[in-house]
This record gives sequence, C-alpha cells and structure tokens, in this order.
Amino acid sequence: MGKHVLLVEDEINIIEAIQFLLSREGWKVDTHSDGATAVDKVRAMKPDLVVLDYMLPGKNGIDILTELRADPEFTRLPILMLTARGQGRDRELAERAGVSRFMTKPFSNTEVMTAVRDLVQLAQ
Amino acid sequence: MARDALTGTRIRERRAMGGLKQSDLAKQIGISASYLNLIEHNRRRIGGKLLLDIAAALDVEPTVLSEGAEAALIAALQEAAQRARLPEDESARAEEFAGRFPGWAEALAAAHRKIADLQRTVETLSDRLAHDPELAASVHEVLSTAASIRSTASILAEDKTITAEWRDRFHANIDADSRRLADSSKALVGFLDAETGEAAPSGSPQEEVAAFLSAHAQTLEAFESGAQDPESIVGQAPELASAQSRHLARTILDRMVRDSAEVGLADLKGALSVHGPDVIALAAHFGVSVPHIMRRLATVPTLDAGLVVADRAGSLLFRKDTEGFAIPRHGAACPLWPLFQVMGQPGQVIRARVQMPTRDNAVFDCFAAAEPVGPVVLNAPPLLEATMLILPSPDMPGAHDLPTEEVGSACHICPRSGCRGRREPSILSDGFTGF
Repeated sequence: MGKHVLLVEDEINIIEAIQFLLSREGWKVDTHSDGATAVDKVRAMKPDLVVLDYMLPGKNGIDILTELRADPEFTRLPILMLTARGQGRDRELAERAGVSRFMTKPFSNTEVMTAVRDLVQLAQ
Repeated sequence: MARDALTGTRIRERRAMGGLKQSDLAKQIGISASYLNLIEHNRRRIGGKLLLDIAAALDVEPTVLSEGAEAALIAALQEAAQRARLPEDESARAEEFAGRFPGWAEALAAAHRKIADLQRTVETLSDRLAHDPELAASVHEVLSTAASIRSTASILAEDKTITAEWRDRFHANIDADSRRLADSSKALVGFLDAETGEAAPSGSPQEEVAAFLSAHAQTLEAFESGAQDPESIVGQAPELASAQSRHLARTILDRMVRDSAEVGLADLKGALSVHGPDVIALAAHFGVSVPHIMRRLATVPTLDAGLVVADRAGSLLFRKDTEGFAIPRHGAACPLWPLFQVMGQPGQVIRARVQMPTRDNAVFDCFAAAEPVGPVVLNAPPLLEATMLILPSPDMPGAHDLPTEEVGSACHICPRSGCRGRREPSILSDGFTGF
C-alpha cells in the first residue's frame, strides 16, 4: 500500500484531477472540502502528507496550517499548499506558518507530483 | 559639448531634411559654401542676424536651431539615462545625443515615455488587484478554473490507459470548467476595461444601467431641470446595450422625473440646511414618503450618498455607489444590511451605523425603509421595495448614539470570520491584511 495523502480542497474538479493522479501512482487518497473541520480530519487520519488549498470554506489554509504546526504531532507533517493567490505576502504568510511547499495555480501535474514525492521522501 | 556648439549640427540636419544643398542654402543667405560648411560642423560660432537668416531660409523658428531639440526631449532622455543607471557623464550627453541623432533620440524618448505609461498602468492595476475585492475574486476564479482545466487536460493528453469512465468524467469537467472560465474571463475583462476607461458591455442590465447613470451624471441634472427627456437620453446612451437595460433606465428616469417634480433639488438643499439629512423630517416637510426623500438625497452632490434599492427577492434594482461602501455587482448582497431588515416591516424606518471591512474600517450612517410598489390587487400581497440611503459621514447628529454594526459587501468577498450572516465561503478569509 502506498503512502496516504489527505487532499483538502473545495474545487471538485481539481479534487478529481489530483485524486486521479495520486491514485494512479498508488497513493491512498482521502479528500476533505471543509476548512472548519480540516484539522480534526488530519488528527483523525494522520496522513503521510496533506495537500492543502489556501481558500477554503470555514477556515483558510493558513489558519489550518498554523493550528497543525502548533500540535507537536504534526510539526514535521509534509504540507503542500496550493493557492490561486500568488501574492508575495501570501507566500510569506504560508512560510511563516510552516508550509513545506507553496505552489500557485494553475500548476502542472508534474509539479504537483514531483512536490508530493519530494516531500514524502524528505520526511522519511 | 555645449548646447550652442551644436547649432551647426542642427542646421545641417534641418537642411538635409528639407532636401536643400549646402551651396544653395549658402547662396540664399549670402555666405560662401565653405563658411556654411564650417558652421554646420560646429567649427564656427553662429548667432545674431546670420542665425535668423538661416532659420528663415530653412523655415524654422531660430530657437529650433539655437536651442536644439525641445527641452522635453532632453528631459526625457536624461530621465531614461537615470532609469538605465548610466554614469553621470553619459547622462550629461543627452543633448549632444539629441542634437546629433534627433530621430533616434525621439524614438528613445518615445519608448521611455511608453514604458513609464505602462509602468503606471501596471502599478494601478496591481494596486487595484490588491485592494479591490471584486477584482481579486475574478482573478481567483480565473486561476482556479485554469488550474482545473490544465490538470485535467494533461491527464487526458498524457494517459493513454485511462478508462472510459474517467475519460468521460474528465471531458465533462473540462466542458463545465471551460464555460466557467469563459464567464469569469469576461467578468475580468469587464473590470480591466472599466479601469482603462473603455466602454465595455457589461454582464447584466443592472450593470449597464449603473454604468449609464455614472457616465451621465451631468446630463441627468440637466434632464431633471427639464432640458432633456428620458427617451432621448436613453436612446443615445452607448452604455445601454440591451433592451432590458434601456427599459430599466427608462423606469428609473421616469421615477426621477416624478420624484424631482415633488422635491426639487433647490428646495431640497434649502430643507437640508434646516433639518439636516433627517429623512423623516424631510419627508414630512415635503409630504412625501421616506424612500422618496432617500432617492432625492442621493442626488445631492454635497452629500456624496450611496443608494441601493432591492425587491423582496433580494435583487438589487438600483445602486449608486459611495466610496468605501462596496455594493456587489454580481450575486446577493450582505444579508445584515438594514436594507433587508425593513422588508418585514413596511413603513418602518431604520437608522443604523454600519462598519464596512475596508482597510480603514469605514463607518456609514444608513437609513432604510420599505414601501409597497405597483398597483393594488385585491387579496394579493403588495410588491415591496426597500430603499437604503448610505451617508458616508459617521458624524451626523445622533449617529454616535447608535451601536456600530459590522456588515460587509457580499459573502464571497467579505473577510469577516464567524459572521452570523455568512452563506458562502470568502476568498478573503484572512482579510485585507493578507494583501
């Protein structure tokens, strides 16, 4: 069984595309679309990696990231953040909050897959 | 090289531009061709009558020869040199360059001016992108949809083993996303065209009417005084591209005619000096309804008031913006606006001090009231229309006694968290500090 990824994203078509890509390479993929309960989901599932959207209903990606990094169990959890907000300020906020990798939309599939592989490998 | 030392070069350039031979010019002004040759090669100083004669022969102002290229050209070249961080001694040679190569100098200066213009445009758009939530929403929508299409299309193009079920699903996703992209791109272009002042057809009749009212503010004053009739204004307005928008504009103008007949602008200004913007006192003064007075107050230039009118379904029928109070162009407005509170109590007037989530937390004094509209029909509930006047000054008498209520523009562009009125997630979930 491959590694376990939790995809936290609210754009259904992006979810389907990324889920397909990861599943095709043998990853176990779970998806979640609600920002407000995303931290609970991570705590419950304990994935090997989280792909996290910046803009989510209920709670934004930065707040989720900050909350996860405050939990000793998830300080080293690889988190790839995807965003359509490419402003430098957003990247800075994400980096300060402890993001592992920051990627702006529209991204290429190769970029996403390379980032996912790199992050999991680095965490091992 | 000194400025006057290049006079000869300019004479040579001008003579050549006119297709005049050196010997012919020399003959015309009564000097030898060899002496003119020395002048043209800046080996003899020139001034006085001889300069005037040469200028007359070349049909130019003497200053064109004596002062060379215009000061603006020199200034533009020096600015270009500074921007390019040329050494000071290079920058100081701008005039020499302009004198020796006027064509190239003009081209360089024009390119520099164009770059400066484009930089200003980019700065303006960047600033707008950072601080205009509607524009940020449009860009976010375009980028998200593009991400989905790009990812899905790549899978279809690269994966030859994909099952028919997945292939069909991805085709359907691309189809849906491409429509969404077309719509969001159109909306984005609308914003950018509005920024550059181009008259772009907008997405809805309400938007066209808003553009029309904004573009014809002066004409509408003339129209209120009876100088123009609604039909001619509507017929000539390029902003009103659709039959629906023309109909809507005519309805609004007809109402303005009726409103202004009972409450003239001059009389209203007089009453304002007595009552201030007290909508109930003003309505009693003129013997009209409170929404009527609100509509009239929105036309008083010194108040700079906003106005929004909605029907019972929540559709915004009319909007007049005021700075800091963003009235959404698309979709539903903030449900916490006093505008929607009065729907349940026609005749009741609500005054509320509201704060918008702008960078400076702008506060507004709002009045709202609803009234029945349309013909009375037996055993049928009346159609309702709610009107809200938005006064930008928070220091109106009595305003400080009211609690300040936090409201927004529309959920999807509102950064407030934990809002009881939220219907959908915001793209600005970390507020303006995130920009």
